Amino acid sequence: MSQLLLDVQGLTMRFGGLVAVNKVDLKVKNRQIVSIIGPNGAGKTTVFNCLSGFYIPTEGSVMFNGRELAGLKDFQISRKGLVRTFQHVRLFSKMTVIENMLVAQHRHLNTNLLSGLFKTSSYRRLQQEAMDRAAYWLKEVDLLEFANREAGNLAYGQQRRLEIARCMVTQPELLLLDEPAAGLNPNETKELDELIVKLRDEHEISVLLIEHDMGLVMGISDHIYVIAQGTPLADGTAEEIKNNPDVIKAYLGEE
Amino acid sequence: MQSNKLYSAIFAAGITLILACLMIGVKLDTEGTQLAVRGATAEQWTWIGLGVGLVFLSQLFSAQIDAFFGKLPKPQLGKLLPEERKRATLKPWLIAALIVGMIIWPFMVSRGSVDLATLTLIYIMLGLGLNIVVGLAGLLDLGFVAFYAVGAYTYALLSMYFGLSFWVCLPISAGLAALFGFILGFPVLRLRGDYLAIVTLGFGEIIRILLNNWTAVTNGPSGISGIAKPTLFGLEFTRRAKGEDAQTFHDFMGISYSSSYKVIFLYLIAVLLVCVVVYVINRLMRMPIGRAWEALREDEIACRSLGLNRTAIKLSAFTIGASTAGFAGAFFSARQGFISPESFIFIESAIILAIVVLGGMGSQVGVILAAIVMTILPELAREFAEYRMLMFGLLMVIMMRWRPEGLVPMKRPHLELKQ
Repeated sequence: MSQLLLDVQGLTMRFGGLVAVNKVDLKVKNRQIVSIIGPNGAGKTTVFNCLSGFYIPTEGSVMFNGRELAGLKDFQISRKGLVRTFQHVRLFSKMTVIENMLVAQHRHLNTNLLSGLFKTSSYRRLQQEAMDRAAYWLKEVDLLEFANREAGNLAYGQQRRLEIARCMVTQPELLLLDEPAAGLNPNETKELDELIVKLRDEHEISVLLIEHDMGLVMGISDHIYVIAQGTPLADGTAEEIKNNPDVIKAYLGEE
Repeated sequence: MQSNKLYSAIFAAGITLILACLMIGVKLDTEGTQLAVRGATAEQWTWIGLGVGLVFLSQLFSAQIDAFFGKLPKPQLGKLLPEERKRATLKPWLIAALIVGMIIWPFMVSRGSVDLATLTLIYIMLGLGLNIVVGLAGLLDLGFVAFYAVGAYTYALLSMYFGLSFWVCLPISAGLAALFGFILGFPVLRLRGDYLAIVTLGFGEIIRILLNNWTAVTNGPSGISGIAKPTLFGLEFTRRAKGEDAQTFHDFMGISYSSSYKVIFLYLIAVLLVCVVVYVINRLMRMPIGRAWEALREDEIACRSLGLNRTAIKLSAFTIGASTAGFAGAFFSARQGFISPESFIFIESAIILAIVVLGGMGSQVGVILAAIVMTILPELAREFAEYRMLMFGLLMVIMMRWRPEGLVPMKRPHLELKQ
């Protein structure tokens, strides 16, 4: 049941002489929430960029579902079921919420041009399926009533949730969330907490999380990795991390 | 602050003076075999003086002028139109009336105006094609005229060497222009913004220079003449039938010959082509591919993370835009009967781009309106032919000040979720 979904070994990313990520190992099993924490500038987002194909890692291997991801382009990786969000919300703000959800399903909709031009029945059926799937996920993140609003006019917390829904509609197996709680108030953070747990328990996907909100991280993570200055520092359950002297030192400094 | 204003006003007036002296103040004339420099007349100097004064004052009081433009009411087209639901029922009727009107209209006006309308329709096609590339996909293309030239020469050459008819060549022209778009797009679409603009600009020039110098095939600068006109199911619009078993339109209908039949026929073909282009682009905008173009324009990184292949999507925009230009090109050479590389210079690209920007990026109605304005205005202001570019510039400046989003700003066809 708990199969290995993502297996990263010796991931290294160098920019010229700067080593941003140094031999990082990560393991994510099916239906697990795994967090990466570390001080600012530790290289957490760089790890995400390497995994999602935005950067080409200098060294190391990334196995996803038993297959090597190296050499694949960013869009190919996301089609394999590894989808990410960004530190800053990246919605198509001029489009409506439902249209945002449809763009994400582009490859599921991508019938040929002619059937679209003449609105054939198969085109309509695919369109309807995409609408239904979008509506389903909007309901899951509690945004269904805003479906026809412009995405840019939503409140910040709603935009964050829409971003997650937009990823989910691509039917991923592993969701990479880059600081999803940044800028949210305590109430919204609690909702996000529940949403992530629901994704794991009901929709059976894994989540790899970068987050600074320790309450959120400690509460929901099955496993936590700590990175400082690009180098892995520790890993373990929330309890182990809390009591690890190296982690305390990295966060609070030496006495 | 005030002295700063004065300084910039003097600077702007100085530049105007220098440019005006160079462009209007002195003229080169040929006297026999020699070039002679001739100064402007006293009247022209007065105009230059007035212009410099105007620039000086407008810079000095720019804040007040801006405030004035801000107060100027913007046309609220939305308020003039009936409400949303009424509009939805009225729309098909309105479109039907417009098409019927466009078909009946040429029988009631002079030959010249029908001819002008045909030219306008060509520019509408070109504008709509470039609108996909620039307006929807956000790729700045300064060499759009290249695809227009490819379309035009495809028909001209196929007709000259192989005697193929217009209707056969129309899809071939569009296809070949699309192929050129594809070949150009493949390597350059990883470039962005300004860089893409420069490469496309170069491509436009390459095509023109190639046509100019490949004399063996294209006849070089002397162009190709006597290109066959389109026929109506084999009926020709000439006075006498050219082929052995060919028949002319007036013989077939049993009416006397008139040269205006041909003009009206060409106009009707143009109307047909524009209707097809408008329908196809309208559908594309509502299809997944249209949404993907816009999404890519808004946020490329988000698109990549969602599994959209940006190269394929950009290429599709580039290719479809190019095929529209190929369409327009084939029709253009059929209408003119004569083409030369002179018809496909950079100014044409600039005019098509101006149509898109003036009309409102991405807006179909806007582009159609702007194409009408841009082709009919120069005809009305024929006596100012020398200053046409100056007037274009002035129009652009005024538009950017008064309505930077274009004549009819784009209104996205929002998709609604029905609950």
